[in-house]
Amino acid sequence: MSMSILETPGKQEYNITVYTENQIGLLNRIAIIFTRRKINIDSLNTSPSEIDSIHRFDIVLTETEEVVRKLSRQIEKQVEVLKVYFHTNDEIIWQEMALYKVPTDTIAEKVLVERLLREHGARAVVIRKDYTVFETTGHRTETDNLLYALQPFGLIEFVRSARIAIIKSSEGFNRKIREFEQLEPGQEVSENEYLSSRDKVFTM
Amino acid sequence: MELAQEELLTLPEIKETVQVSGSVALLEGLIAEGVDTIFGYPGGAIMPIYDALYDYKEKLNHILVRHEQGGIHAGQGYARSSGKVGVVFATSGPGATNLITGLADAQIDSTPLVCITGQVFAHLLGTDAFQETDVINITTPVTKWNYQVTDANEIPEVMAKAFHIARSGRPGPVLIDITKNAQIQKFDFEGYVKCNHIRSYRPKPIVRNEYIEQAAELINQAKKPFVIWGQGVILGKAEKEFQAFIEKTNIPSAWTILGASAIPTDHELNVGMLGMHGNYGPNVLTNECDVLIAIGMRFDDRVTGRLDKYAKQAKIIHLDIDPAEIDKNVQSTVPVWGDCKETLPLLTKLCQQKKHTEWLQLFKDYQQKEVEAVIDAELHPKSGELTMGEVINQLNELTQGEAIIVTDVGQHQMVACRYAKFNKTRSNITSGGLGTMGFALPAAIGAKFGAPERTVVSVSGDGGFQMTIQELGTIMQCGIDVKMIILNNRFLGMVRQWQDMFNEKRYSFVDIQSPDFIKVAAAYRIDGKCISEREELQSSLKEMLEHKGSYLLEVMVTKENNVFPMVPQGCSVSEIRLK
Repeated sequence: MSMSILETPGKQEYNITVYTENQIGLLNRIAIIFTRRKINIDSLNTSPSEIDSIHRFDIVLTETEEVVRKLSRQIEKQVEVLKVYFHTNDEIIWQEMALYKVPTDTIAEKVLVERLLREHGARAVVIRKDYTVFETTGHRTETDNLLYALQPFGLIEFVRSARIAIIKSSEGFNRKIREFEQLEPGQEVSENEYLSSRDKVFTM
Repeated sequence: MELAQEELLTLPEIKETVQVSGSVALLEGLIAEGVDTIFGYPGGAIMPIYDALYDYKEKLNHILVRHEQGGIHAGQGYARSSGKVGVVFATSGPGATNLITGLADAQIDSTPLVCITGQVFAHLLGTDAFQETDVINITTPVTKWNYQVTDANEIPEVMAKAFHIARSGRPGPVLIDITKNAQIQKFDFEGYVKCNHIRSYRPKPIVRNEYIEQAAELINQAKKPFVIWGQGVILGKAEKEFQAFIEKTNIPSAWTILGASAIPTDHELNVGMLGMHGNYGPNVLTNECDVLIAIGMRFDDRVTGRLDKYAKQAKIIHLDIDPAEIDKNVQSTVPVWGDCKETLPLLTKLCQQKKHTEWLQLFKDYQQKEVEAVIDAELHPKSGELTMGEVINQLNELTQGEAIIVTDVGQHQMVACRYAKFNKTRSNITSGGLGTMGFALPAAIGAKFGAPERTVVSVSGDGGFQMTIQELGTIMQCGIDVKMIILNNRFLGMVRQWQDMFNEKRYSFVDIQSPDFIKVAAAYRIDGKCISEREELQSSLKEMLEHKGSYLLEVMVTKENNVFPMVPQGCSVSEIRLK
């Protein structure tokens, strides 16, 4: 999966943030909105949000803004979805986490490997006689770079997490999400923002 | 934990609740929601609900259908004629999968339904138990909401949510799958509370005045404004508000197939039908108007034709309750997001009274051309075999637009919708978005239960009628009065028309044979008659309408008539063909 090659002009990486009720079957309800249109999800993270019983989905895909806007509206239309936002990579701060398992003796014996790990800011999570597990976080290219570097030194296993992202212009985000806890949220929350600023659909 | 004797005696009084089964709670919920009719079919996994239903026969009228697809189409017909939520029961496995076509139909046509399916015991889920199907996942793409109940305690709340979701906002089908253990389980029932709020669900937006103002300004400045309306006007129960709006502004108005009957056919501002087989003027003039006001419609491809040549010259005002519809197919200049029952009166208030005499005359001129080129020959043929159009025309004269016309899918559907006369709203029931053959017969049964005081006439083709012909059994058993017309051209006519026009007349598998429909009906103790002569037409239609009880009239019509006008697929609405 190459991140840099864009098939159609206007396509770029978008990050869709979805706040939902915690309900069985909702992941499927959201996933089929993509599969019905034959759109691939590059990365998907789902976890409980800061509010009890509200979950947050972070979805990454490569598409045009028009497609992403329409997808976002279809997602928000689902009964158990509270709110959907979408952003380009410029508008967010994002991280992915990676774990690398390598034989302990190579690290002990080879100074080069130790230096490599330090250069990439890797942190040891587990050190055993037979293997050691390192962890890094960063953008895809950063975690990839360490992966390529470790490959010649007997890498045993590798795993990378989905992307999680913080939105740069999320002033008052937490407060607004908390408003959903009230029975009748204020106008700001209950309305669809695109009516007040049509260019920044579903953004805060 | 064991309690000492004294302790038992001094236990605090328990709050007053009744121990009932999940099944009883479900039926109590239906009654609380005002349900009077259920269309269903029993089976193993829904037996506890049917057992409870045995004691509710006085309060809930259960109609035993002949196939679950017939059940759900009847539910749709009921919902469309009454404006209420249609309720359908089916068992697990095949019972539930037989609902899929109806769910997809109701989803795309925004029909409010609550479907209850039985499911295997919770402890058997995922074991490939007898008649187990993953109903929730199968139905997710074709429901507005669905939920699996595994504990009876959930039933009252889930039922209340189901009805609220089905009928509010943009309506749609909801499916509740209930495992057998939850149907049997006894629990403390504290009564049924209706739902009117769900945290994550906002069916109705707050209307924004600035968009109303912008829309009014565009309309007031327009020289050639054109209104196109859809089922949203009917679903929003905003027929009066809609009529007031067009009458004040004198804007010519055309309808999508599901919008038909929202205002009377004879209304002077009603300029006809949009789309592939719609009227000449409304299609051509879509590309000549300066402001296009779309109300409760979704710019379906059968309405717009080629999108990049659709109303490009016009400013577009789009009124819709569903934000996902705005800018989906056609980019709007002014989006008026809201319930048209609220937005239309606000808009009417700000709009000036106008005449638009010349502009309206243009529609009349095009109408005249269409009458000469197409309509006259279809409605008043002087010789030759019977046409579909003259059957509908004769029917109009007898019903005077008072009947509910339920149509199936194909040529007869286009002809019926083009020419049927409607005086009352909720009179046109058809499968618009999904185009489900076999819809008409069961939907007509449901429509009659939804509006028992009205005459219900179903119009089918010889192909579609055979798809749900078993529902004649439902008519026989419940003794309902439905008038059925089969327009028999001995072809799968619409596909044949396309093969004629676009596939060099290569009639591939459209030559369909039919049984003796009248004999089949007779076997179900339903009277009927087959005619093929012009002289018999009016008297036979009259006989059908005056007949006590259901009646089947089969009319043999000319074999190879094509429906015109037509906007061929991939063409612009301006390229509409008259022949």
